[in-house]
Amino acid sequence: MITFQGVHKWFKSLHVLNDINLHVTSGEVLVVCGPSGSGKSTLIRTINQLEPIDKGTLTVDGMDLLDKKTDINKLRAEVGFVFQQFNLYPHLSVLNNIILAPTKIRKTAKRDAEEQAMALLERVGLAEKRNAYPSQLSGGQQQRVAIARALAMKPRIMLFDEPTSALDPEMIGEVLAVMKDLAVSGMTMVVVTHEMGFAREVAHRVAFMDAGTVLEEATPDEFFSRPKHERAQQFLRQLLTPMHCECP
Amino acid sequence: MLNYQFDWSTVTSGKYFDWLASGVKVTLQLSALSIVLAFILGLLIAVMRMSNNKPVRWIAHAYLEFFRNTPLLVQIFFWYFGSYKILPTAVNDWLNSTNFEFAAAVIALTIYTSAFIAEDIRSGVLSIPKEQMEAARSAGFSYLRSMQYIILPQAVRLTVPPLVNQFLNLAKNSSLAMTIGVMELTYQARQVESYTFKGFEAFTAATVVYVAISLVITALVNIYNEKVLNIHKAA
Ligand SMILES: Nc1ncnc2c1ncn2[C@@H]1O[C@H](COP(=O)(O)OP(=O)(O)O)[C@@H](O)[C@H]1O
Ligand SMILES: [Mg+2]
Repeated sequence: MITFQGVHKWFKSLHVLNDINLHVTSGEVLVVCGPSGSGKSTLIRTINQLEPIDKGTLTVDGMDLLDKKTDINKLRAEVGFVFQQFNLYPHLSVLNNIILAPTKIRKTAKRDAEEQAMALLERVGLAEKRNAYPSQLSGGQQQRVAIARALAMKPRIMLFDEPTSALDPEMIGEVLAVMKDLAVSGMTMVVVTHEMGFAREVAHRVAFMDAGTVLEEATPDEFFSRPKHERAQQFLRQLLTPMHCECP
Repeated sequence: MLNYQFDWSTVTSGKYFDWLASGVKVTLQLSALSIVLAFILGLLIAVMRMSNNKPVRWIAHAYLEFFRNTPLLVQIFFWYFGSYKILPTAVNDWLNSTNFEFAAAVIALTIYTSAFIAEDIRSGVLSIPKEQMEAARSAGFSYLRSMQYIILPQAVRLTVPPLVNQFLNLAKNSSLAMTIGVMELTYQARQVESYTFKGFEAFTAATVVYVAISLVITALVNIYNEKVLNIHKAA
């Protein structure tokens, strides 16, 4: 579904992605973790080309991202992206946030789109908020709407960049529950997160990043009980010590 | 001058009142039509100015610099006297059969004002967080569609107050149209003055109307700011 082969990227002189090789198969959930600044966001953003890569090959859902003929807007329509800061459209109601892309890009009839949007809102537990505006919702509610908005395009892949890092602790659970439900339903997912409970329970594999490289790739069991690299061990120790939480 | 007899009835009733009233009407028509066209053109120029395409961006930039930095009066004269020379005869004949003064004034005011509006819209767009564009692009919207559905609707909301200022400027600037014979308010005040020699009354009346237009519009903007944008004046 997603294949990185020898992928490199630079921001000016900063070598932000250094020889990335990863493969995510259909229905798989990959959790990416690592210290702040290690390149996790950049990595996940290359998958829908919010960040173009400089070297190597990257194929997503059969499309070669370096091929000039690849229709990038079409690719993005197939890949849902959930941001740390939700990024709902503040001028639109919850319902209109969700139906905008389906009606304008997929040309779904408005009534059908609304029906599907309501079903998604039921699924994330926010049906009664359909007419609210984003500013009237809590962070956890906004993030659940953002997930519903992404799902409304019926994506083949879902990407999450630290979806719970901007949330108050009591709201993290409700968002993780929606993501878990999605994983169980067989969605292909790449999730950047420091929620190790989620990783243990839901992920099929964990990739640990440090300084632009994937240092370690393992099943959650292996990674949490027997991390190989010194950096990974250090990272996990710090996560368990709240005083040194790396979460931005 | 000391024994000048004020005669307000000259401008508050009768034929000369009608002249001034018709001037007010033309001023409002001229301003309203120009602001609508200037908004549409300004939107287009703003989008071009922010385009990824270098030549397109450059054309918009040149447009902005050129029309903001030449006197409006020169631009009015250019469209009225100058455009004749470059247009085909058939077009000229048609223009002459219509109200060409009015059309030339609308063109000049529209283009001049659009340059300012484009900059207002651009700063509105720049104040929208870049994450909004990322969210739109991630959903699969092209750059232009992202602008259309996500960025501009938010930016235009922020642009309403400066836009109203442009409208106020436009209403005042429209008085320059008298120089090419558009019978707007200032033109009519001048007419009343030359027929009655009641210049003080005529131009006072015109002044009162311009101030009234400004006050009404400013009041509407304040209401908009409070009700829609929730901006309250500092105590
Ligand atoms: N647009 C950018 N321009 C320049 N440097 C950037 C940009 N985005 C990220 N970086 C840098 O790249 C490195 C990796 O960033 P990021 O991928 O956001 O890391 P993470 O998500 O793991 O915290 C950081 O040093 C960051 O400062
Ligand atoms: Mg990040």
